[in-house]
Amino acid sequence: MPERRHLIASAIVVLLLALLPLAGSRYAVDLATEVLIYALFALSLNVVIGFTGNISFGHAAYFAIGGYACAILLTTHNWPLIFALPAAVVLAGLVAAVVGYFCVRLTQIYFAMLTLAFAMLVWGVAFKWKAVTGGDDGFTGIKLPAMLAHHVGFFYFTLAVVAVGVAALWVICHSAFGLTLVAVRENAVRAGFIGVDTRRMRWAAFTVAGTFGGLAGALFGMYHRGMYIENAYWTESANVLIMVLLGGIYSFVGPIFGAAALHLLQVFTNQYTPYWPTVLGLILLVIVLVLPNGLIGLAARFKARQGKT
Amino acid sequence: MTLTMFTLNAFYGLALAMNMFIIASGLNLIFGVLRVINFAHGMFYMFGAYITFTVTKSWGAPFFVGVIAAAASLAVISLVIERLLLKHLYDKEHLMQLLFTFAIVLLMSDAAKMIWGTDQYSVGYPAGLGGAINLGFVVLPQYQLFLCAVGPSIAVAMWLLVDRTRWGRVVRAATQDREMLAALGVNVPMVYAAVFTIGSALAGVGGALAAPRIALVPGMDATIINECFIIVIIGGLGNLWGSFLGALAFGLVVQFGTVLAPNWQDVLPYLLMLVVLLIRPWGLLGRPETGH
Repeated sequence: MPERRHLIASAIVVLLLALLPLAGSRYAVDLATEVLIYALFALSLNVVIGFTGNISFGHAAYFAIGGYACAILLTTHNWPLIFALPAAVVLAGLVAAVVGYFCVRLTQIYFAMLTLAFAMLVWGVAFKWKAVTGGDDGFTGIKLPAMLAHHVGFFYFTLAVVAVGVAALWVICHSAFGLTLVAVRENAVRAGFIGVDTRRMRWAAFTVAGTFGGLAGALFGMYHRGMYIENAYWTESANVLIMVLLGGIYSFVGPIFGAAALHLLQVFTNQYTPYWPTVLGLILLVIVLVLPNGLIGLAARFKARQGKT
Repeated sequence: MTLTMFTLNAFYGLALAMNMFIIASGLNLIFGVLRVINFAHGMFYMFGAYITFTVTKSWGAPFFVGVIAAAASLAVISLVIERLLLKHLYDKEHLMQLLFTFAIVLLMSDAAKMIWGTDQYSVGYPAGLGGAINLGFVVLPQYQLFLCAVGPSIAVAMWLLVDRTRWGRVVRAATQDREMLAALGVNVPMVYAAVFTIGSALAGVGGALAAPRIALVPGMDATIINECFIIVIIGGLGNLWGSFLGALAFGLVVQFGTVLAPNWQDVLPYLLMLVVLLIRPWGLLGRPETGH
C-alpha cells in the first residue's frame, strides 16, 4: 500500500493541476494537457523497460492504435465516448497481447527489433488503409462530446483519466506482479528457478504497457482532434523512449518527470531556435556521461549530499 | 513478368543489396567487436554521400576522389567521437551507449543542416560508368554492375582481414575476452578505436557509392539506419556472411516488392525481419547469445 506521504503528495499535485485553469492562460492549460498525456504514455512504456528490463522500440504502435480506434469509433461510427474510449483501450491491449506473445520469446536487441518490426507494420496499416484511417492525410475532424469541446473541459477530463491511469499503474507495479517483474529483470534465471514463468510475466507486462499506451493515444487523438501516421512511426517510439530514459527507469515516477521535462523543453526551445535536435543531443550526452540514472537519479544524489552536511 | 523484367529487377535488387551490404557490414563489425549498437551509422552514411557531393560538384574532383574523401572524413570524425566520448561508455549499459549514439545523430543532423542546408542534391555517375551493357535480352547499367562487383570484394576483403590476419585474430579475441587480451599485452583500446574507425569509414564509402543512385536529402539517414539494422539482424548480429545474406534478402525483397506491391516497400523489410526472427530468433547465421 502506498505510504501516506506519497498519497498526500499525489493529492496535492492533482489539486494544484486542477487549479491551473484558474490562472486563465489557455496556453498553460494546453501545455499541461499535453504533458499529462505524454506522462501516461512514458509511464506505460516503463512497465516494459524499467520493470522487465527489455527495451521496446515500438511503443508508438499501441499509442496509435488507441488513438486511431477511439477516433474512428467516435467519428465514423458515432459511438458515445463512454464506449469508444474503453473499446479503443481494450483493442490496444489486445494487439499488444498478440504482438507481445511473439516478442517475449526474444530478449535484448532482438526483442527490441521485433517490437520495432511490429510497430512498423501498424504504421503500414495506418498508412495504407486509407478508407478507414485517412492514410497519410491523417484522420481529422474527431467528434467530441460538447462537454469536452472546450479546452478546460478537456483538461479536467485528461487530468481525471491520467490520474486514474497512473494510480492503476502504481498499483500494478507495486503489486506482487510488479515485484515479480523486478525479480525477472534482475535475474531471469534465478526467477525461473523459484518457479516464476518469466516469459509469461514479461508477456503480461508488455500487454499492460500496450493497454495504457493505448489510453494515452486515445487522449492524444481527442486532444489534437486528429491522428496522423507520424504518431505510429518509429520516431514517436524513440521520443517516448527518451522521455523514459531522461526521467530514469528505476523509479516509478521518473518517466513522468522525463515526459514533462522533454516536452516542455522542446516547446520552449522551439520558440527560440530551430536547433532543437542540437539541444536534445546535448541533453542526451549529459544524461549518458554524467547522469546515468536520469533526473530522478540526480534528485537522489542531491538529497544524499544534503543529508551528509 | 517477362524474363527481361525479371532479370532487370533481380539485377537492381542485387545492386541495392551490395550497396546496403557495404554500409551494414560496418555496423555489423562495430557491433560484433564493440557490442555497441551504433545509431549514428546512418548519419555517417549520409555524411559520406554529402561529402562526395561537395568534393565532386563544388570542387570538381573525380567521383572516386569523392569516395576516398568520404571514407577519410568519416574515419577522422568517428575516431574523434570514439577517442573523446565513446571510449568512456564501453562498460556502461547498452541503453546508455544507444542513447549516446542517438545524441550523435541529433548533433550531426543539425551540423549537416548548417553545412549543406536543406536542399536536395544529386551526384552524377562516375566517368566511364554512366553507360549500359547490352546482353541482348536485357540492358544492364554499368554503375549497378560496378556495385555488384564492389560489394563482394569488400566482403572478401573483410573476411581476409578478420579471419586471416594476425590483427584479425586480435579483433576476434577482443570479442571473446577483452580483459585476457589486455593482460596479454594487446592495446585493446586501440583495437576498439580501429574497429570503430573502419566500420564508420565503410558507412562513408557506402554513402559515397549510393550518392549517384539516390537523391541527397536531409533525413536520408533515418531509413538507412533501420534498414541496416534489419539486414544485420536478419543475418545474425556480428556475422559477416550473415550480413551479406541479409543484404541479399533485403535488396531482392525491396526491389521485387516495389514492382509487385507498389507502396508497400516501406513495410516489406520489416515484414521480412519479422518472419526471419519468428523462425530463426538469432538470425539466419547467428547463434544464441550467451550472456554478454
